Amino acid sequence: MINLVYLVPVFPLIGFLINGLGRNVWSKTLVSWIGSLAILLSFGLSLGIFFELQAATQKSFLVPIFDWISVGSLHIPFSFLVDPLSAIMLLIVTGIGFLIHVYSSGYMHEDAGFAKFFAYLNLFIFFMLLLVLGSNYVVMFIGWEGVGLCSYLLIGFWFTNGNYASAAKKAFVINRIGDLGFLLGVFLIYSTFGSVEFAQVFPQAALMAPGNATLALITILLFIGATGKSAQLPLFTWLPDAMAGPTPVSALIHAATMVTAGIYMITRSNILFTLAPFTTEIIAVVGLATAIVAALIALTQNDIKKVLAYSTVSQLGYMFLGLGVGAYTGAFFHVITHAFFKALLFLGAGSVIHAMHHEQDMRSMGGLRQKLPITFLTMLTGTIAISGLPPFSGFFSKDEILAHAYEHSPILWAIGVAGAMLTAFYMFRMLFLTFFGTFRGTKDQEKHLHESPASMTIPLVVLAILSIVGGFIGVPEVLGGHHWLAQFLSPVLAYTNAVAGETIPLDHATEYLLMCISVGAALISIAVAYVIYISRKAVPAADTEERSFLSNLSYHKFYIDELYSAIITRPLDIISQFFFKVVDKLGIDGLVNGIGTSAKEASKTLRLIQTGNVGFYIFMMVLGIVALLIYGFYHI
Amino acid sequence: MENITQAIQGIPLNHYILLSAIIFAIGVMGVLIRRNAIVIFMSVELMLNAVNLLLTAFSAYRGDAAGQVFVFFIMALAAAEVAVGLAIIVMVYRNTSSVDINVLNKLKW
Repeated sequence: MINLVYLVPVFPLIGFLINGLGRNVWSKTLVSWIGSLAILLSFGLSLGIFFELQAATQKSFLVPIFDWISVGSLHIPFSFLVDPLSAIMLLIVTGIGFLIHVYSSGYMHEDAGFAKFFAYLNLFIFFMLLLVLGSNYVVMFIGWEGVGLCSYLLIGFWFTNGNYASAAKKAFVINRIGDLGFLLGVFLIYSTFGSVEFAQVFPQAALMAPGNATLALITILLFIGATGKSAQLPLFTWLPDAMAGPTPVSALIHAATMVTAGIYMITRSNILFTLAPFTTEIIAVVGLATAIVAALIALTQNDIKKVLAYSTVSQLGYMFLGLGVGAYTGAFFHVITHAFFKALLFLGAGSVIHAMHHEQDMRSMGGLRQKLPITFLTMLTGTIAISGLPPFSGFFSKDEILAHAYEHSPILWAIGVAGAMLTAFYMFRMLFLTFFGTFRGTKDQEKHLHESPASMTIPLVVLAILSIVGGFIGVPEVLGGHHWLAQFLSPVLAYTNAVAGETIPLDHATEYLLMCISVGAALISIAVAYVIYISRKAVPAADTEERSFLSNLSYHKFYIDELYSAIITRPLDIISQFFFKVVDKLGIDGLVNGIGTSAKEASKTLRLIQTGNVGFYIFMMVLGIVALLIYGFYHI
Repeated sequence: MENITQAIQGIPLNHYILLSAIIFAIGVMGVLIRRNAIVIFMSVELMLNAVNLLLTAFSAYRGDAAGQVFVFFIMALAAAEVAVGLAIIVMVYRNTSSVDINVLNKLKW
């Protein structure tokens, strides 16, 4: 089965080709069947690979496809690596990808670009699979760029709307900044280790001393790549804008899979980062700062998708905090559980938007509980999971990250718990505003409220079940579990574990205390949200009303977009205007046009000499001959 | 033939050069000053023949016949040139009823 791994990305590629080429030919039913079936086949294969890998004693299989680049000492094969890390990523990408394809067949049914949408989704899955399967940094980079392209295409899917098209451009440009960092990191890896193949880089790196300057530089460059793709400070502003895309895209690309590529890449390169303590400190601080800033912004957003977008940025921040404090398993665990509950929340939000006829403002919702019971129950599950209440999945993964943060420094832990409180608050705020109270929309909307079709609710139910039970793959020992995930991933982290040695686990009493505090904090937040939004029936203020200073700051996203436009976009605009108007228009065009004009003007004057008078010509000729004679006399 | 050569050499070379120069200058002045196309044409012939005269004089002084042969060729060529030139002038006269070169000023900017 593992030898057939190349088929996993091939199925989506075929689906893309069929749907892309026949987008005006096939019926919508056929298109959705082809698109979903391609992913389902990949998912089936991935399951087979996963179980075979679990049974096998060897935990890492290199599957060569073909020799790609072979020039001098540069040798880059196109090959796939199957190990526990990529096997789990395969399951997430194809599994959640399949559910979202099914969901899209309902959600996008009225859209004119239905086949195009499925083609793009399949292409995205193809590139994402390349990213996680590549056995070297270059193949990973192809996938990395490919998912960026698909993200651009899908954010700007409704490109006739100018705002959406510029959101797509913004995502593309900001990603490009990160990609440059990643690319430079790969170059540096090649010049340092003479190879880009994981299997050759990591053993060499493991021999280097911790704190090596080259490793620090490599890891910082790779981390810059990760901040772009995974929306961390200072490059996170594209992700909230990316909500311009259709909701299934937000669920698949901007919550479950693509944005976790940065975490996957760092987990994959764990040994490099373990040996660069300077970089991991930066990662922990950046991750935590992102988690807090995004959570603060999410507190006052009114667009249901914007709340979820900032929540995604915030959760990604937690994952980076985990990476920064060396909890690779914890961070990856959070990737998995986050994929479940955030995809669920986005799809649920999509179901609400579908029922509300593309209304996204929570101020116009309310009381949807009775009209959309399945959506409500599944979203409630997702909200509890993300808030970190046991025994839902988010509790285990977030708690593991926070426990490692506590080992690293109690301050990181304290700020992390504060972020978790904010998370619980804004998520329940969203839930209460949407599903409780009375309906605040128009009469017309109220009349048309309806539960979504089965193609949309079934994925919701499946994801809700996963959000509940997903945490049990990593139950910590203190709660009587074995942490199956940590054991399964240990071959991937072998070098790191060897270097870092066995960490002394926290004693059980401390661990219980930490859990109780974080759960208690979340419960307090939920209670506060309940009091404000249900007991007092508060509704967020309209845009025209005055806001207090802090709420204004949060509502306007800390003016980060404005700040970037003032310190980067504006100066760039001014410089390019200068080059355009002064250097190009005046300088270069002036020179070229000046030569032309002067020739024209000179000949306009000179041609007057041609009078047509033959006598004058002859006179001039004689004068010329005389002049030549005189010249000849003096110079021979 | 000996006598002719001697007779030619009896006059100093400077005189020939001066005479040729004077004839040539008269031709140039004629071209510059006169307005009648035929007179200008004749002046051009004058300049041509001043050069011919000089060529024959040099040829006789150096005892080299090549110069005189060259003059014959020039005269043959001049005859052809005269035929073409006069034909042009005839055409000019037919079109403008005049041989005044100041009338021919249509070709200008």
